[in-house]
Amino acid sequence: MTIQTPSGSQEVLSRRSILRVGAAAGGGLLLGFYSPAADAAGAAPPSGAPFAPDAFIRIDRAGKITLVMPQVEMGQGVYTSLSMILAEELDAAFDAVAVEAAPPSDALYGNPVFGIQATGNSNSVRAFWKKLRLTGAAARAILIQAAASQWKVDAPSCTAANSEVIHAPTGRRIAYGALADAAAKLTPPANPQLKDPKNFKLIGKPLKRLDTPDKVNGKALYGIDALPPGVKYAAIAASPVFGGKVGHVDDTAAKTMPGVRQVVVLDDLVAVVGDHFWAAKQGLEALNIVWNDGPNVHVNSEQIRNDISAASEHEGAVAKSRGDAARALKEGDAIEAHFEMPFLSHAPMEPMNCTVHVRPDGCEIWVGTQVCARTQAIAAKVTGLPLDKVIVHNQLLGGGFGRRLDVDGTEKSVRIAQKVDGPIKVVWTREEDIQHDFYRPMYYDRITASLKDGRIDGWKHRVTGSSIMKRWFPLGFQHGVDIDGVDSAIDEPYDIPNMRVEFVQHEPPAVPTGFWRGVGPNNNVFAIESFIDELAHKAGKNPLDFRLEMLGKTPRLKAALELVAKKARWGDPLPPRVGRGIAAQVAFASFIATIAEVEVDEQGDVRVRRITSAVDTGIAVNPDTIVAQLQGGLIFGLTAALYGEITIANGRVQQSNFNDYRMLRIDQTPAIDVHLIKSGEAPGGIGETGTTAAPPAVRNAIYAATGIALRRMPIDREVLAGRKPA
Amino acid sequence: MIKLHLNGQVREVDAPADMPLLWVLRDLLGMTGTKFGCGIAQCGACTVHIDGKSVRSCLLPVGSIGNRAVTTIEAVGETPAGAKVQRAWLDLEVVQCGYCQSGQIMSAAALLAATPHPDDADIDAAMAGNICRCGTYVRIRAAIKKAAGARQD
Amino acid sequence: MTWFTKLSATWRTLIVGAAAIAVIGGAAFYWIVLGPGPLDFAGGTTVALADYRGADPTGVPPQLAHASLIERGAYLARAADCAACHTAKGGKPFAGGLTFILPFGTIYSANITSDKGTGIGNWSDAAFLNAIHKGIDDEGKPLYPAMPYASYTGMTDADALAIKAYLFSLAPVHNEVPQNKLSFPFNKRWLIGIWASMFDSDKRFAPNADRTAQWNRGAYLAESLAHCGECHTPRNLAFALDHRNKFAGEIQAGWRAYNITADKDSGVGAWSTADLTQYLSLGHADGRGTAAGPMGEAVDKSLKYLTPGDTAALVAYLQTVPAIAGDLPAPKATPAPVSHHDGVVADFDPRGEALFAGTCASCHDWTGVSPIIRYATLTGARAVNDPSAINVAQIVLQGTVRDTPHGKVFMPAFGSAYSDSEIAALANYVTARFGAQPSRITAQDVAKLRLKN
Ligand code: FES
Ligand code: FES
Repeated sequence: MTIQTPSGSQEVLSRRSILRVGAAAGGGLLLGFYSPAADAAGAAPPSGAPFAPDAFIRIDRAGKITLVMPQVEMGQGVYTSLSMILAEELDAAFDAVAVEAAPPSDALYGNPVFGIQATGNSNSVRAFWKKLRLTGAAARAILIQAAASQWKVDAPSCTAANSEVIHAPTGRRIAYGALADAAAKLTPPANPQLKDPKNFKLIGKPLKRLDTPDKVNGKALYGIDALPPGVKYAAIAASPVFGGKVGHVDDTAAKTMPGVRQVVVLDDLVAVVGDHFWAAKQGLEALNIVWNDGPNVHVNSEQIRNDISAASEHEGAVAKSRGDAARALKEGDAIEAHFEMPFLSHAPMEPMNCTVHVRPDGCEIWVGTQVCARTQAIAAKVTGLPLDKVIVHNQLLGGGFGRRLDVDGTEKSVRIAQKVDGPIKVVWTREEDIQHDFYRPMYYDRITASLKDGRIDGWKHRVTGSSIMKRWFPLGFQHGVDIDGVDSAIDEPYDIPNMRVEFVQHEPPAVPTGFWRGVGPNNNVFAIESFIDELAHKAGKNPLDFRLEMLGKTPRLKAALELVAKKARWGDPLPPRVGRGIAAQVAFASFIATIAEVEVDEQGDVRVRRITSAVDTGIAVNPDTIVAQLQGGLIFGLTAALYGEITIANGRVQQSNFNDYRMLRIDQTPAIDVHLIKSGEAPGGIGETGTTAAPPAVRNAIYAATGIALRRMPIDREVLAGRKPA
Repeated sequence: MIKLHLNGQVREVDAPADMPLLWVLRDLLGMTGTKFGCGIAQCGACTVHIDGKSVRSCLLPVGSIGNRAVTTIEAVGETPAGAKVQRAWLDLEVVQCGYCQSGQIMSAAALLAATPHPDDADIDAAMAGNICRCGTYVRIRAAIKKAAGARQD
Repeated sequence: MTWFTKLSATWRTLIVGAAAIAVIGGAAFYWIVLGPGPLDFAGGTTVALADYRGADPTGVPPQLAHASLIERGAYLARAADCAACHTAKGGKPFAGGLTFILPFGTIYSANITSDKGTGIGNWSDAAFLNAIHKGIDDEGKPLYPAMPYASYTGMTDADALAIKAYLFSLAPVHNEVPQNKLSFPFNKRWLIGIWASMFDSDKRFAPNADRTAQWNRGAYLAESLAHCGECHTPRNLAFALDHRNKFAGEIQAGWRAYNITADKDSGVGAWSTADLTQYLSLGHADGRGTAAGPMGEAVDKSLKYLTPGDTAALVAYLQTVPAIAGDLPAPKATPAPVSHHDGVVADFDPRGEALFAGTCASCHDWTGVSPIIRYATLTGARAVNDPSAINVAQIVLQGTVRDTPHGKVFMPAFGSAYSDSEIAALANYVTARFGAQPSRITAQDVAKLRLKN
């Protein structure tokens, strides 16, 4: 196989990666990236080395176009959106594009934003927008070049469409497949010509998702569906108390049960291996385990709440400062409020699971993960095997929501697999999944603001909570500020002359924290938008006008807010105990305004009647997917607002399954209308935006309906029923 | 050996009588389309049809099924209602992560088989037992109406 | 002129009043204290055990006649269900510490393992018999009648000591149980002493010569070991069992122990012998429902271990307890309609149906006949035919876990995630849909039930 590396290979992309073109062994065209940055990692193939490992796009002789997909599909439709972006610039027939999950490699398949192979922060489309367009355009250019030289015409006289190069003057056309070999010998252009968005043929169309057909007939394979030959099944119990250790295990009863093969006792967990999961689970229940609870046995929610509110009394690290907040707050009559967010579990529908086969000379893993390379790395670390001896088969994810950005499940499963002969599928029961999560942190926000002429003059927002970045991505925690923890707080959308945002890192005892759909903005949008409503009230203004008057610097949000107000009939009269509430947010580079309409009965029970959102997310790659993500995100956020809370007693999580960790069901789901705003801007993120929008919109609607200003999520019916103070 | 009338075939499985059908399907027969979500009949991911009625397989003892016909997501497309539902699901692009959808489709197919023209209350009654963490409820409702040939609203 | 007329009118009225109160109070006092004993309903002549001609109604069943003392003790300890009260939730068997929330305070069951420090390891046989028969501990202090010694007093010395032998054969468990927390005057042990002297007959079981041996065996099991009346017989003002209303039903620990007299509607008079046998041995009878809460525990920890002969005896005895009509309707025996549209009472909080659809219908079905497992069938169950809906609300709040021949059978607890008004709406919907008479339980009632858990 030959590699065409032109003298001083051109840099078509960021400084980090260089487009390389080559021929595939079986014939056809390969496009891939050589990353100088990856040299350190030793991932860069020396010239002449096999090219396939870092192949990114393949066009075979039959014209099949394979996109080696760096991002994982967890319901957000990324397989389809990214394929559309590539096919658009490549002028490929969309149905000729196939997706193949990328193998683990931060160097080759790293997310351009994180620099590691991660799917999260609603940034897949944002991160790959430029890279995929340039790659598609470059490929298109060399395919046209190949056709042109074959026809002995000059390239500019050729066009491409539908996976064919066309020479209009002579009416000749030739398929990409037939050109692949020739194109493989060509040099890609340094700066390929990108399409003018107004000429997009695919982008902007509600194309059908590539992953849907197999998801309606049971064929789709998730991590939990992996069935390597001879696989056995394991059910596990980790210490119910955070940080507890296994004391003593009596497995006499379990060992005698039919189908139970083995009991694996590790220092922090016990696993029962069986011929099927049922046997494993029965065996686990038959064990008599004595735990050493350790020091966390006295940890409880009450204490954690007191501690975090105490921590929030102290000065935090300054994340952003404009004007002179202190002076403005002193001059105007300032009002202060604090807002609280509870711990939350992710509870993706597919419980945590991981299938592992450890051999002396290698390790094979089947799992759905948002961080493929980290999964490989942790397995290598646990087994002591070199990276290339760890094979990861990334599967579809039955929901991620951030849970699968951590690799604790793989780490535990590999440790179990080391003790088992043959492949082992470790499946978390729902109880185990909910009680051993990385929880959305508890947050405590203090905001002080002062008004001048009916507008906000001074603003001080102190965010107190766990720093997930410090643990997960240390670059994101600098000088005491967690960039995620203050996301959407330092860049709040309003024209506030004097503002100051602080972050106080405060880690709860024992409770592990992690990213949860909506991440930082979840907390900050809730606190800010809730307080804005209270300020509007103080200013004697209607919450809509109050916001509109202060959105000068954020016209895209202003437009969204005006649109949603119209669509939701803001201002139309409502029956008693029914109210409308606004949430306006700039998050994940999308501008979204939402209005919720809710009804609160005398018992304090809340019914959400309708939610309307107006969305400016830049160029809508697949508008149908964007609407779907908004609908789903809003419902995810409604579940959190209405029911979501993980509580700790005696060092244990008290919730266990859907009977006590409640989910919104179809009968409580309101009508949801999403209105997309046309835009030529680069695409924004969308997967998490609805989740951040729902809680403040509902909270403000309750405020409008009852005059009760809730300061804490989830909604407390006791408060709304007047049986408890707000 | 337990005899199962499964998707039109007779299958023999060597399973304890109190083993839930879910694990028989997934772990003994390798039919992974039926999903595990909660194990306590609270989420509906494991829904199958027993004589055409939707039943949660995560708690259904395989020994209690007898000669009744078991239909799973792998074969529901061969029933008229199942086929209609799958088509509507594709047309309205209901699915997100898809993990709950086997169960959603089984519940919806059973609903349409029993109630060809369900109203919203029928949909709530038949579908409220199926949780979708991705939040596809709005489209599930619309798709059921589409499958039933009803007007969209 | 007597001294009486010399008194001022006020004084006179006072004295008359006081006298009246004394007379009435005294009458009430006698009415309570001199009430019938647990077996008086049977009439006939009772004889001392020694003089009884029929087969010995005490001891272990024939199958265990030649078993060791410890094996016999184990059987009897189960029949007396010692473990139910002397095992804390999640605690070691017999190590005590189970909490009893009473109207007048909180008490904790004792550690009855052979641990010398915290258990009864130092107790002599005499001390043990004193506790079983007289309700007096090894230091001579009266025990709170949460310990059913007024029932156990019928136990023969031999049986009681067999139980002790069994308990002492188990590994001692060191477990210091908390101090009782009782309000005045109930924190005064001497008061309990008086109570015991009034309500504990301190008489061993005396067979009824005019009844069959089977009946006598059943009586011994029910009264002296299983202590059915402690939950199912209403209590009088002095918190003692009122045998005039024997087995007519009572509320215990927040759950309703139903009327188990022969009354056709409120009781179990309509149950066949097979129904009763199945219920006592399985904790479920087809068409009659499934035991949950305290009765579920009684079956799992005690009744299911009885030999078929003993279960039959228990049933035979139970069927002779006179009917006492109650306020409960005859259960509705027919399933509810297949469609949620039909059979629902219009004026109900619509959330009841919505909650049922989401969290209950999967297991219980709209008909009430479970498509999954017969234990989950509601049709005919007393709880859904109880217009107080107490047990329906309790099982929704707390759930239940049953250990059956068909494996672990459970219902999840919904208490922590659902509001009082939601649970009330659900309970009212369930009784209306599946029962003979809809309940009208309120959010406030549910809140009160929570406190009992
Ligand atoms: S897995 Fe059966 S209902 Fe959830
Ligand atoms: S589509 Fe993901 S859970 Fe329903």
